[in-house]
Amino acid sequence: MEQDAIGELKTEYINRLLVENKRADGRAPDEVRPITVETGLVTSAAGSARVKWGDTDVMVGVMIETGTPFPDTPDKGVLVTNAELIPMASPYFESGPPRPESIELARVVDRGIREAKTIDLSKLCITPKEKVYICYIDIHVLDFGGNLFDPCSLGAMMALNTAHVPAKRHGLGEDYKLKIDHFPISCTTAKIHNGLLVDPGLDEERVAEARLTVTTDENGDVRAMQKGLSGKLTFEQVKTAIQTSQRVGRELRSKFKLGA
Amino acid sequence: MGGTPSTHKMILENGKRFDGRALDQLRPISIQAGVLKRADGSAYVEWGENKVLAAVYGPREVHPRHMQNPARAIVQARYNMASFSVSERKRPGPDRRSQELTKIISEALEAVVFVEQYPRTTVDVYMEVLQADAGTRCAGLTAASVALADAGIPMRDLVPAVASGKVEGRVVCDLNREEDNCGEADLPMAILPRTGEFLLLQMDGHLTYDELMQAMEYNFKALKVIYELQKEALRKKYATAQLEEPVVLPKPEEAPAAEPAHGEFHEGAGVPPEEGAHEPEEPPLDGPEDHEGGA
Repeated sequence: MEQDAIGELKTEYINRLLVENKRADGRAPDEVRPITVETGLVTSAAGSARVKWGDTDVMVGVMIETGTPFPDTPDKGVLVTNAELIPMASPYFESGPPRPESIELARVVDRGIREAKTIDLSKLCITPKEKVYICYIDIHVLDFGGNLFDPCSLGAMMALNTAHVPAKRHGLGEDYKLKIDHFPISCTTAKIHNGLLVDPGLDEERVAEARLTVTTDENGDVRAMQKGLSGKLTFEQVKTAIQTSQRVGRELRSKFKLGA
Repeated sequence: MGGTPSTHKMILENGKRFDGRALDQLRPISIQAGVLKRADGSAYVEWGENKVLAAVYGPREVHPRHMQNPARAIVQARYNMASFSVSERKRPGPDRRSQELTKIISEALEAVVFVEQYPRTTVDVYMEVLQADAGTRCAGLTAASVALADAGIPMRDLVPAVASGKVEGRVVCDLNREEDNCGEADLPMAILPRTGEFLLLQMDGHLTYDELMQAMEYNFKALKVIYELQKEALRKKYATAQLEEPVVLPKPEEAPAAEPAHGEFHEGAGVPPEEGAHEPEEPPLDGPEDHEGGA
């Protein structure tokens, strides 16, 4: 992305700092940025969460509606994840049809939630083959400060965790809390020339050669992974990223009382 | 993963898989280089029931021009599934899944091409899945790097790709479609063989850390085999061409015959299963490769 002189300088600066185990914002190489989460801000949604993760700010809304199931899963509800990189969030985001970046983001968040069996989709079935609940996870990136995968995954998790199924609106009895069975957390590690940086900030992400997002569940088992960018990762670096994700997952689950 | 229950056991009593393979065994793979005439480079891969074609154009001018990079070439891959490649017709055109695969495959290939040698150009790599049987992204990427080499694009190495996964609680190498549909995990991986570094890595499903390491080990082992098949395919095409160079000068009227085989890939002709090919028979299978789940 950055071929200009400023990019070169930043790359050199970030690399030079890493030799001394330092980062531009004062973090340790394996430290994530400060995170705050507010839930239930949007009452029109079934569940919502606003995640401020360093300079990145995302809003996730969960909407639960009814519809027809997929023909190959007639007795299961449907989970749909969508991410909008709206123009307000960055000078580089433009309106228009989804770009590969936002598709990848949505699909990686979706994969973590889906593969961890976070919600039991068979419980979202109303009438097999005919009517099921469709659970939409809509992600709006409000301020792009680097590393969208992890804030968006956490936002999706927190929004689901506080969501209520609006049964009453559909004439299906009283509203009830959406049951959450598992608590996946994703953690992204970026590789730059001189080493690994966990949870890359905006500048770090711009100079990153490769990144690896690893989603683990409450047992530390791996549920999803995605490598990105055109750099290479060694086997050792992959193992380190997985172990880091296991640790960060533990920390965040305890911080936000997920599964406790 | 699909998690759709199967009608029979996927791992048999004797520790073999339903199609007769051992846990760490690949499906039969054949690779052919240079199968298309117009493209600058091409390759055709048959991998189990997968049939995938890759073509390379470039380095050539970038359109639209604002995508040009003044410092280097860009690599633009396109992964596409033919509407007839799965038993239920797939709506033509890029869906979200193929857009994601297009992105990560482009990134993986960009890592091996010496892009700095061709500023302001694009290297276009087209992958068409003609028949799908799980593992199409890996078959596509495997074909793509052979096609790049066939096009004479300077590159660091070929890129073999493979996916291991988990079926009925066992880690297995190179899932076929039936295993993929009822599988519990999938781990597609592509490496730079020279260094063992990862160029593509994805995972979905449920693996403990130890299972993940086992799946990676199976992948590393299988990638070695695939890498040899890739080199063999290139050798086959270009060694023939070399032999046909008149070592002993022919008389002028005896024009050297046979062109280097621009083999057909259609009509199920392909190439006969060859070296190291394993023998299992695939049962006919149905269903889409990935459960999109509307995501």
